[in-house]
Amino acid sequence: MITHYGYIDGSGEYFIVIDSDKCSGCQKCVQQCPQQALEMVTEFVDLEDKNVAAVSELHRKKIRYTCAPCKPQDNQTPCVLACEEKAISCVWKPL
Amino acid sequence: MTQQPKDTTEYWRWQEYHRVRSEKSWSNKDVITAGIDVGSVGSKAAIMIDGDMYAWAVTRTGSNSPDSAKKVLGMVLEDTGLQLDDIKYTVGTGYGRVNVPMANKAITEIACHAKGANYIWGPSVRTILDVGGQDIKAIHCDETGRVTSFLMNDKCAAGTGRGMEVFADLLKIPIEDIGKVSLSLDEEPEPVSCTCVAYAKTEAVGLLRKGWTREKVLAAYTRAMAVRMANLINRVGLEKEFVITGGQSKNMGIVSRIENILGVKTLPSPNWREGGLDPMIAGAAGAALFGKALYAKSQGS
Amino acid sequence: MVTTAGIDMGIQTVKIVILKDGEVVARAKAFSGFEPTKAAEQAYAEALSAAKISSEEVSNVSATGSGMDMAPYASGTVSMMGADAKAGVFLFPSARTVIDVGAEEARAVKCDERGIMMDFVVNERCAAGAGAFIEAMARALEVKMEDMGPLSLKAKRASPINATCVIFGESDVVSLIHRQESKPEIARAVFDAMADRISSMVHRLGINPDVVLVGGVAKDVGFIESLKRKLGLTILVPEHPEYAGALGASLTAASRVKGDHK
Repeated sequence: MITHYGYIDGSGEYFIVIDSDKCSGCQKCVQQCPQQALEMVTEFVDLEDKNVAAVSELHRKKIRYTCAPCKPQDNQTPCVLACEEKAISCVWKPL
Repeated sequence: MTQQPKDTTEYWRWQEYHRVRSEKSWSNKDVITAGIDVGSVGSKAAIMIDGDMYAWAVTRTGSNSPDSAKKVLGMVLEDTGLQLDDIKYTVGTGYGRVNVPMANKAITEIACHAKGANYIWGPSVRTILDVGGQDIKAIHCDETGRVTSFLMNDKCAAGTGRGMEVFADLLKIPIEDIGKVSLSLDEEPEPVSCTCVAYAKTEAVGLLRKGWTREKVLAAYTRAMAVRMANLINRVGLEKEFVITGGQSKNMGIVSRIENILGVKTLPSPNWREGGLDPMIAGAAGAALFGKALYAKSQGS
Repeated sequence: MVTTAGIDMGIQTVKIVILKDGEVVARAKAFSGFEPTKAAEQAYAEALSAAKISSEEVSNVSATGSGMDMAPYASGTVSMMGADAKAGVFLFPSARTVIDVGAEEARAVKCDERGIMMDFVVNERCAAGAGAFIEAMARALEVKMEDMGPLSLKAKRASPINATCVIFGESDVVSLIHRQESKPEIARAVFDAMADRISSMVHRLGINPDVVLVGGVAKDVGFIESLKRKLGLTILVPEHPEYAGALGASLTAASRVKGDHK
């Protein structure tokens, strides 16, 4: 399952996109995030609970601010680089 | 100056009800499962017999999630002859899912909505826009109802059920007529530039003073909300097998504008007023279906 | 001798500042209502009489604020961000970041030592990041808006409430009341939520001290305390923070008279 965390508004598009099917649950992204914006959550897939990375509840509503210090224009943020499975990407399109 | 009598009509209030499909019957050999979806504004429950919908109920969520779960479960069991013990497995979902005391398991509403939409509209459904009381979710799923992509909006009342309740009260139009009223103009006005529901409280009054009719104000706001929702869907990927679930699926003003903006018709919905499945219970239906699968798994079959 | 006036056509109130040789000689304000131009004319007449001058003595009038195009008498306009930067540095020469929290909008401006704006960030039209949030929560709590600040200072802790939307925040406040949370603690929660919103916005810009807080909400002790805690910095607040926009416009008018403004 691909989850898009973030939003579109008058000032642009801001998303952290996590593909939980690819996520191995290694938690490297959680450790690497300088803002502590990621956490592990339980996802229900094919009748099983799977532990996967997600943007934490606290930061879901302010991604645009939380993630700004990483200057994600080039899409090479610490979380994206930390993920060996290439499960994380980010979309950063300020207007 | 004469004092106007205070208008105490609750324009925001929507219909709470329960329904049993009396043409169906159950026996103790059947796997009876329940799904309870405690949303921020509405609580929904569904009872299934071997994965087939038997009864459902829709009510308003109170200030306490466990009580709301008990209330809606009590409602759905009415006239079914079922006792709590007859239910083999209960799944809780929705915003208050961790507070459903009788649930064997809690599952996120995203998974339940997709599963439920797959049940209500059939396996061709690919895109689901769930417009609930407190948030808007855009979901993309496969033919089994498994979620492939998902997006939830920023927590903002614009376009949500709660936002619409505020409008109903503000313009003194019963909430169940809001859609129809917003579509009663010959010409669609420009959408308002600011969708903030809190500001709408003052801005709508300003527009009314400028001579706008209530219908025009409502149409301009509904349009702006529909634009917001359409943007979310485009992000997860729109396919023409598209449905809208949640309370706002009953708002024709929202539904027809989204269809118009996206250029895609929603799949026809069952007529809930005449006994058809209610698009509002998609989450509860999905939860009851997961309940059946989890029960089978627990029995080792 | 140069006398200039600045008119800030705000959404809720119109503010006027008259400057004479770099000193504020009069201030006046009026509710914008449905005829903001008329409100501005009234406030302007009031300011002139307070300054004991006639309109002929004013060499330039400049306007700012969201309704600046409706300002009477004005020969020019200045952006709200530009006005904030000018006023911030005029009031506190060490100011490099100016945060302006008004009734319906909030913004942060980064500026240089001359009061020239370098960068800015605004809260798009959403009530959760502006004075309207406090107003709505005060109503839900059945407390006068001006009592919210002093009340919040009595709180020992804060309960979290939804800071992303006024409509949902209201429901949260109601459920806190049902849970018999005390009013000071709920008031504190309101300011903390609001400060969280504003500080997130400022962090996007990057904080350059000193930080100046202006706008109508800067009069609220409860908000100032919460924002200080959240930013972990001292915040400079002028005596009449709600007049910062009008002051900035008046300063701009003065530089226009001197001819050094492009």
